[in-house]
Amino acid sequence: MQLNDLLNHTSEWLKGTGPNSDIVISSRIRLARNLDKQIFPHWANKSQGQATLAAIKDGISRVDYLKRTMFFNLADIDSVDKQFLVERHLMSLEHAQKSDSKALAVDDEEIISIMINEEDHIRTQVMQSGFNLFEAWDIINEIDDALAKELNFAFLPDWGYLTACPTNAGTGMRGSVMLHLPALVMSRAIDRVMAAIAKLSFTTRGLYGEGTHAMGNFFQISNQVSLGPSENEIIESINGLIRQIIEQENQARENLVSKNGALLEDRINRSLGILKSARIISSQETVELLSMVRLGCDLGMIKNIDRRSINELFIITQPAHLQKKENKKLSSDERDLKRAELIRDKLNIH
Amino acid sequence: MLCNICGKNQATVHLTEIIDEQMNELHLCEECARQKSVAMEQQFGLSDLLAGMADFDKPEKESETPAGLKCPNCGLSYADFKKIGRLGCGTCYNAFSKYLGPLLKRIHGSTQHTGKSPLKAARGLKDSIDTQELRLRLQKAIEAEAFEEAARLRDQIKEIENKKEK
Ligand SMILES: [Zn+2]
Ligand SMILES: [Zn+2]
Repeated sequence: MQLNDLLNHTSEWLKGTGPNSDIVISSRIRLARNLDKQIFPHWANKSQGQATLAAIKDGISRVDYLKRTMFFNLADIDSVDKQFLVERHLMSLEHAQKSDSKALAVDDEEIISIMINEEDHIRTQVMQSGFNLFEAWDIINEIDDALAKELNFAFLPDWGYLTACPTNAGTGMRGSVMLHLPALVMSRAIDRVMAAIAKLSFTTRGLYGEGTHAMGNFFQISNQVSLGPSENEIIESINGLIRQIIEQENQARENLVSKNGALLEDRINRSLGILKSARIISSQETVELLSMVRLGCDLGMIKNIDRRSINELFIITQPAHLQKKENKKLSSDERDLKRAELIRDKLNIH
Repeated sequence: MLCNICGKNQATVHLTEIIDEQMNELHLCEECARQKSVAMEQQFGLSDLLAGMADFDKPEKESETPAGLKCPNCGLSYADFKKIGRLGCGTCYNAFSKYLGPLLKRIHGSTQHTGKSPLKAARGLKDSIDTQELRLRLQKAIEAEAFEEAARLRDQIKEIENKKEK
C-alpha cells in the first residue's frame, strides 16, 4: 500500500461504529518512548537523529505485528502529503514541521501509526472508532511489548518511561477521546463542562490536537497526569469523565428537542440545504455545517445519510485531501469551489 | 467586515489561528469570539507553563544550583532545560534528579511509577500482572453490566493461564 492508496480508504476511526458512536467519534491511546542514552530529537544533531531513526526502523521491521506497515521518511514527501497525513490524524502538526530525521509508520487499516523523532524518539498511537479506549490499549500494549524486545527504552523504576518533556514521564501515555458536543455548545453549557474538566486535570483540545481550536463542536479530551496511576487506572479515570460528558450531552440534546425542536430541525435542515447547494464553501463553514447535519442524523431528523459518510466528509473536504484528489496544488479560492462541488456530489445522490 | 463564523454580525475580534499548517486570520463578532475563547483557554497548556514551573523549583538555598550543572551524556545544562522546557536525553533525569523530583511531583502529584515496565515486557514475565489487571477489569465490566466485554476478558484470562500451564 502507498500513500496515495489512502485516498480511497476509510480510516478505522472514521467508520462511525463502536460504543456511543453518536457522541464519541474516536478513542486514541498514544505512548511516548525513548531509546536509552540516545539524545532526544530536539537536542540531537543530524547524525545522532539519523542513527536513532535507523535503530528504530530496524526495530520496527523485526516486529511481526508491524509487518504490514507503510514507512515514510518525512524528508522525502512534499508538504501536501504531510498535511494529508495530519488531516487523517496519522501524525501531529508538529511532526509535519522541520522534517530532518523524522519518519512515520502507518499500518494498512490506519489503526496504528508510529511517529519517529517527533518530540520523543517514538510516539505510537492506536485509534479506534467510538468509545473504546481499552481496546486501543490492548493493541498498543502488545505493540509496545514487542518493541521493547527489540529496543532498549529509557526507563527508571520510580519515574517510569523517560520523555523529553517531564509532563509525559511515567507511563508516557496519553489517552484521548474525541467528542462531538453540539447540544452542550448550543445550550451554552459547554463553558461549565470545560471548566470542570480543567479542574480535574484533563485537557481539552480541538479537532487537530495540540495548538488547535475546537471547531465544529468537536472536543478532544485527554489525561494530563501520566506518572503515578497505572495505564489501566488512567483509562478508567478518562472513561469515568467521558461517561459523564456523554450523559450531559444526551440530556442537552433531549432538552433541545423538547423545548426548541422546531428551531433545531430548521437549523439542521438549513445546514444540509447549504451543503447540498453551495457553490463556494470554506473548510471552516463546512465543518460547522457538517456538525449540524451529524446531529440531525443522531437525532433521526435526517434519515438517508449515514454517519460514516458524514465522518468521511469532514476529512475529504480538508485542503490537502482536496489537492490530492485533484492531483494538483489549489489556491484557497480554488479549493472553496472544489470543496463545494465534492460535497454536492456526495450529498445529492441520496 | 462581517463575522467569519455567523456571517451576520460585525466582526470586532481578530484572531490568528493555525490550521493545516497555515495561519488563518479570523474575524469574529463578540458572541462567536466568546464561544471560541472558551475552547482556546483550555489549550494554553503545559509546555508554556513548564518553563515557569521549573523556576518555582529552585532549591531552598540558591547555592545548591551549581550554575554549570550538566548532563554527562548529552551536555544539556539545567539552565538549558529551564529555558526550553525539554530534557536532552534519558540520563538527564539522573543528572538533575534532585530538581526533577519536586517538578514531577508538582506536575503529576506523584513520583512513583506504577504502570508497565519495559524489562518485564521484554522478558515476557508480564503474564501474572496482566491477569491481575484483567481480573480487575473483568470485575468492573460485570459491575457495569458490560457482558460482552466481560466475556472477552474472561477468554483472555483463560488463554493466558492455559499458556502458563503448558
Ligand atoms: Zn459571529
Ligand atoms: Zn542528558
